[in-house]
Order: sequence, then structure tokens, then C-alpha cells
Amino acid sequence: MMKRIVVGIKRVVDYNVRIRIKPDGSGVVLDGVKMSVNPFDEIALEEALRIKERAGAEEVVVATIGPSDCQAQLRTCLAMGADRALHVLSDAPTEPLTTARILLKLIEREQPFLVLLGKQAIDDDNGQTGQMLAALWQRPQATFASKIELGEGKAQVTREVDAGLETLEVDLPAVITVDLRLNEPRYVKLPEIMKAKKKPLETLPLESLGVAPGAHLTTVRVAAPPQRQKGIQVENAAALVATLKEKGLLTS
Amino acid sequence: MSASILIVAEHDGTTLGAGTARCVACAATVAQAEITVVVCATDASAVARQAAALRGVHRVLTVEHPIHAHPLAAAIAPQIAALGGPYTHVLGPSSTFGKDLMPRIAALLDTAQVSDIMAVEGPHRFRRPIYAGNAIVTVEVPADTKVVGTVRTASFRAAGVGGTAQIEKIDAPVEPPSHTRFVSTSAAKSDRPDLQTAARVISGGRALGSAEAFQMLYQLADKLGAAVGASRAAVDAGYAPNELQVGQTGKIIAPELYVAIGISGAIQHLTGIKDARTIVAINKDPEAPIFEVADIGLVGDLFEIVPQIEKLL
Ligand SMILES: Cc1cc2nc3c(=O)[nH]c(=O)nc-3n(C[C@H](O)[C@H](O)[C@H](O)COP(=O)(O)OP(=O)(O)OC[C@H]3O[C@@H](n4cnc5c(N)ncnc54)[C@H](O)[C@@H]3O)c2cc1C
Repeated sequence: MMKRIVVGIKRVVDYNVRIRIKPDGSGVVLDGVKMSVNPFDEIALEEALRIKERAGAEEVVVATIGPSDCQAQLRTCLAMGADRALHVLSDAPTEPLTTARILLKLIEREQPFLVLLGKQAIDDDNGQTGQMLAALWQRPQATFASKIELGEGKAQVTREVDAGLETLEVDLPAVITVDLRLNEPRYVKLPEIMKAKKKPLETLPLESLGVAPGAHLTTVRVAAPPQRQKGIQVENAAALVATLKEKGLLTS
Repeated sequence: MSASILIVAEHDGTTLGAGTARCVACAATVAQAEITVVVCATDASAVARQAAALRGVHRVLTVEHPIHAHPLAAAIAPQIAALGGPYTHVLGPSSTFGKDLMPRIAALLDTAQVSDIMAVEGPHRFRRPIYAGNAIVTVEVPADTKVVGTVRTASFRAAGVGGTAQIEKIDAPVEPPSHTRFVSTSAAKSDRPDLQTAARVISGGRALGSAEAFQMLYQLADKLGAAVGASRAAVDAGYAPNELQVGQTGKIIAPELYVAIGISGAIQHLTGIKDARTIVAINKDPEAPIFEVADIGLVGDLFEIVPQIEKLL
């Protein structure tokens, strides 16, 4: 069996975009907004490619769930170096639990020894899909990875946790979600973009996978966060210390 | 209908994590909540006592098993899922512990998760931040569905102590899997206040330029009894360790005083400090976005200003 890595990717509003909320509070304005591969997922893909380049894997498959526009992001991933892309077509956004169920179907088909995902998507900031997938698949999870070392049938993963760094050993196959410091994704070169056009991209209608899209949560409204007021300027260090003392902020 | 809420305790084997008391405070804002805290540990007694003392807690359950010497999601999740049946809500802190664990529990319970709960509008209705905190969404879980959630701890004041809940030891409901093993941790023990709970935080950015220069901030912090934080750029450059990172992908904090030194104020950073009471910014660029949110701004060179401040204290 081919040694395969599946990388899940999500199309999201580019991290440089200042988002705007729709006046009716139904969501965030997406029309005409620059979309990109979720930055964490890019790191997951970069890691998969590096593993393949040092002969730790034979094939890297990227998978996404979303509307037909997502193919642009899948092509970017193919240009980065992924071998194949799977696109599960769903016009409505899927919640993490549904996404995990869909990914599980793809995994059952592809039989990867490793699944890499970003630790969170920067639109919904849920941070759930990888852990849910690992639970449904009944396999180990290692979240927030900043270092991955593959061994025979297992992996050592260093994780960024609140207290510092933690290292786990997991049996493979496993789901690993990646953090920002794992690597720096490569830039895509023009010839690669041309080549990527010829790489296989398979579209699967969501219905064909037998997963109910079912929404579990309803969005009641989306609102802007409370704004902080712009404050005062002080001239120098002495004025700053005096102001802080006056406000009682230097002693508790 | 009254709510029956199970909270998964975070701890290091001896001390209950600060996030758990904040989860209790969040749970207590659900009407008629009966709150149970569950402690998975090798020896849960010390942590269970601390949980039982939290005001608002009705009951503490302890599950003891050697595998719980370290907080492995793969080992804890099936225990909690097996216990979760009777509860209307299962909550944990939105720390790396809870973020790792709770979605695994949610999937085992076949239910969605509400991440980073910042306010409770009803037993099934919650507010949470999206887009790095640039929008706040109100979501609703169907009334007949169990709620699994993580609590954005910076949004809640810790529950006080003085309670006397019953402690009940129960047998591990399931035999945990052995496919995930703890190897090591590099947690640096420090005498400084904890970044997540400190009243004052001194934070440095890329402008510090080196790990040596960053030491200047530690000195200032020590004079103020403050914790030290950092921007992602400072961590990526190796000036500060990863556990100091503040922001969307680091820690979300709510100190009384936050001093941002040589930090530009990218949205991903600001998301971590929105709840700070007073934000001070020191930056040589008067146009830096950090000044848009700062309560007190000082334009100038940090390498001159920081030593001056230190002398004045
Ligand atoms: C998906 C994603 C997640 C992210 N998550 C986080 C996160 O959690 N936390 C985070 O912090 N960032 C995060 N970032 C990165 C963020 O976008 C910024 O790149 C980062 O916060 C910049 O750090 P900085 O302000 O230290 O550096 P810079 O933006 O380079 O700012 C340095 C500042 O120092 C000032 N300066 C320079 N010299 C001096 C001097 N001598 N005296 C005074 N001021 C001086 C400059 O005017 C400038 O404003 C994330 C990015 C992405 C894409």
C-alpha cells in the first residue's frame, strides 16, 4: 500500500483582510474579499511535503470541503507540491463535526498513515476538526505540533502547550494538527502553477459520501466587538510612570 | 428545566489550574445550574479538595488511573464521554488542555462544540469570538442537545472559595487506550507570576531585536511584580519562549495593566489583549496600530524609555 499523507485544507478570508460585518448581522461580508488557504493548513501541507521529500511518504493528498471556488486553493496546494486533490463539494459551510465525518470517509478510502491539519481555521477559530476526526477514527491525536519526528509505526510530536513544550509519542496512523512554528511554507513558483493545472483534482458531491450535512449550531447574529476608546498620549517616561501611579496601576 | 453541568478540571497533579474556577464562574451564569467538577488524575485528592472549595460547585468526581499522570486527551476523553450522559453541559477551559480535549469529547458524544464561550445568553445560547475577535457571533445549540464547550477564561472572573462540595471517588468507566504516550515536557518553572492570571504584564515585540535585549523586560517586570509576554514575531525570532506568546494563537489574557513595548499591534496580537483593563503602548512609530487601542501611548525609542522607567520605579 502506498505510504500516503492526507492534508485537510480550508479556504478562508485572507489573514491580511480587515473583515466587515453585514449590516443585518447575518454574517461577515465575503463578496469580493481575498480568499486564501488557511495559514495553519499551509503549514500542514508544507510539513507533508517535507516528509515526502525526505522519503518518509510516497504521496501527499490534499482535501477540502466547500463550494466550487475552493478549487483555486486546491490548485495552490498542488502548485506547492501536493500530488492529488480531493474536493468535496458543499455549497453551505460545514461545521467541524460534519467536516470530521466527511474527512473520515476520505480517510477510509485513502488509508493514509498520517493526517495533517491546521490547529484552527482563522475564520471561525473553532479549533475542533482534528480532534473530532481523531475521536471518530479512534486514533491518536497530537495537537498544536511544533515538531514532528516519524519513526517505525509511530511519531514523536512536540506540542506547544500553555506551560511550554510537551512531547508525545503516538502510534500511527494518527491525526496531527499543526502550529505556526512547525515550519515556514515555501513560495509557489510560476512553473509550478502551470504544472499544477495538470495534476488530478477529483470532485466528490457531498451526497455521494453518505454524510448528512446537518447543522448543529444556528447563528443568531454576528456583531462587531466592543471598540476600545483611543486613549491619551504622554510625552516621556516620567509622565508615563506618574500617570500609572495616579491610576493605581503599579501596585495591586 | 435546570441545567446539570460537568466541568473537566485542569491540573498538574497537585494544583487545580486557574482556568477551572473561571469555568465554574461561567457555568454559574447558566440559570439553575448544578455544577459537578470531574478530576482525572493518578491521585486526585489534593486537586479534588481545591475543586470542592470553589463556590458554586455541588459535587466533585474523581477518576483515578495511572494513565492520568499526564493530561492525555486520548485517555481522558473516553472517561468523560462515558460519564457525560446525564449532563446537559460539559465544559472545559479554553487553554491548550481544554482545546485539545473538549472536541474529542464532543465527537465521542456525537455533538457539536461551542468554542471559546465569552458570554452565556441562555442555557443553549452563547457568544463567542470569530475572525481573531474581530466579530462576535451568538450561536444556539438545539434545546434537546447536550452542550459541549470551552470557556474563554479571560471573559470570566474566577469563582471564589469557601464552598464545601462532596467528593466522590468513582471507578474509571473505561480502560483508556495505550496508543498515545507522554514522553516529556519542557515546562520552565518560573517564580514570576503566571502570564494568564497576572495583574500586570510587560510584553515585548520584534523591536527588542535579541534575547539579551528581552532581558531588559524581565527586569522591568520583576520590579512591577509583572508577568512577561511577547508577540509572535518576538517568539519566532527566538527572543522569548513560545509559552509567552500573546494573541490569537497564543494566550488570551485580561490583566489590569498590559504594557506593549515595540509591538505594532497586529489584529492577531490585539485579540489576545482586548480584555486588558489598561493598555500602555511604547512604540517609536506614531502611526503604529497599537496606539488605536492603547489607553496610554508613548511615542519613542524603547531602548531609551525602558531604562528610564525602570529608574523611576
Ligand atoms: C495565522 C496567524 C496567527 C498569528 N498569531 C499571532 C499571535 O498569536 N500573536 C502575535 O503577536 N502575532 C500573531 N501573528 C503575527 C502578527 O500578524 C504580527 O506579525 C506580529 O504580531 C508582529 O509582531 P511585532 O508587533 O512584535 O512585530 P512588528 O509588526 O514588526 O512590529 C514591531 C514594532 O516595533 C516598533 N519599533 C521598532 N523599533 C523600535 C524601538 N527602538 N522603540 C520602539 N518601538 C520600536 C515598530 O514601529 C513596530 O511597530 C499571527 C499571524 C498569523 C498569520
